[in-house]
Amino acid sequence: MSKKFFINCDEATAICNKNQYKEASLWEKVKLGIHLFICKTCGQYSKQNTTLTKACNQHLHKCETEHKFSKKEKEVLQQKVVKKME
Amino acid sequence: MNIVIYKSIFTFSKNEKSNFLMPENPKHTLNPNNWVAAHSDYLFNYTITRVDNEELAKDIVQETFFSGLKAQHNFRGQASERTWLISILKRKIIDHYRKINSTKGKAEVRVNFYQDGDRKGSWLEERVPKMWDNEAEKNIENEELKGALESCIANLPEKYRMVFVMKNVQNYETEEICNELGITASNLWVIIHRARHQLRKCLEDNWFAK
Repeated sequence: MSKKFFINCDEATAICNKNQYKEASLWEKVKLGIHLFICKTCGQYSKQNTTLTKACNQHLHKCETEHKFSKKEKEVLQQKVVKKME
Repeated sequence: MNIVIYKSIFTFSKNEKSNFLMPENPKHTLNPNNWVAAHSDYLFNYTITRVDNEELAKDIVQETFFSGLKAQHNFRGQASERTWLISILKRKIIDHYRKINSTKGKAEVRVNFYQDGDRKGSWLEERVPKMWDNEAEKNIENEELKGALESCIANLPEKYRMVFVMKNVQNYETEEICNELGITASNLWVIIHRARHQLRKCLEDNWFAK
């Protein structure tokens, strides 16, 4: 019975991480809530994890510049492909 | 190789299916001489958003062309040349992920919690989160934090970095990442869990600790 409601810190932080992407289930969030109520360390982890998410949202963005093979690289690649065709 | 191509034929998008039913009337042909000019940059961009490493992406594109050449006789002309090459490329990415997932990486897992005994799942004393500097925590806009974050991500083991970058930078859906890397959702969450633990610790050591 108690196992149903009480999880350890490893499991709690796993749910906490999933929850950063809003993909934790309602039941997982309930278990996390109970754990955070009784565990200060994970409370601190959770707070820092939110900061980490904010930092990621602030600083990590898709690179919109197109990646291209250089002209030289294309020539080399073309030669290799032609060679393989023979 | 035959099996690989066979499988990949079934991953074509829905609008390709109508063609698939009429194999007697192939619409498309392969022209390997033109592959580099016509598709190399497209395949390169496709790969880089998944593997986050330029050199590796170039190698994978080259491998894709070579495999394509070997498998030419399997091309039935129902899909465009590019779609067909992408299907081969997708297998290459999965193969690469399998490889790094099985060889490297295992030794690189840093443990944060007791693995067994009475305290199983509790924090190891030396891994308990430290107090962070309040000011630093408020100043997440700081441009130097961006540098610290990027170098922490660069230091993640490749198998974690790929998934983390696909999730956090490229913003792929969980399901999409699972399909593209051939892993299950629970695999993915374990990887994200470990990656974030390592990132938190790295930023703590390099940025946030008092």
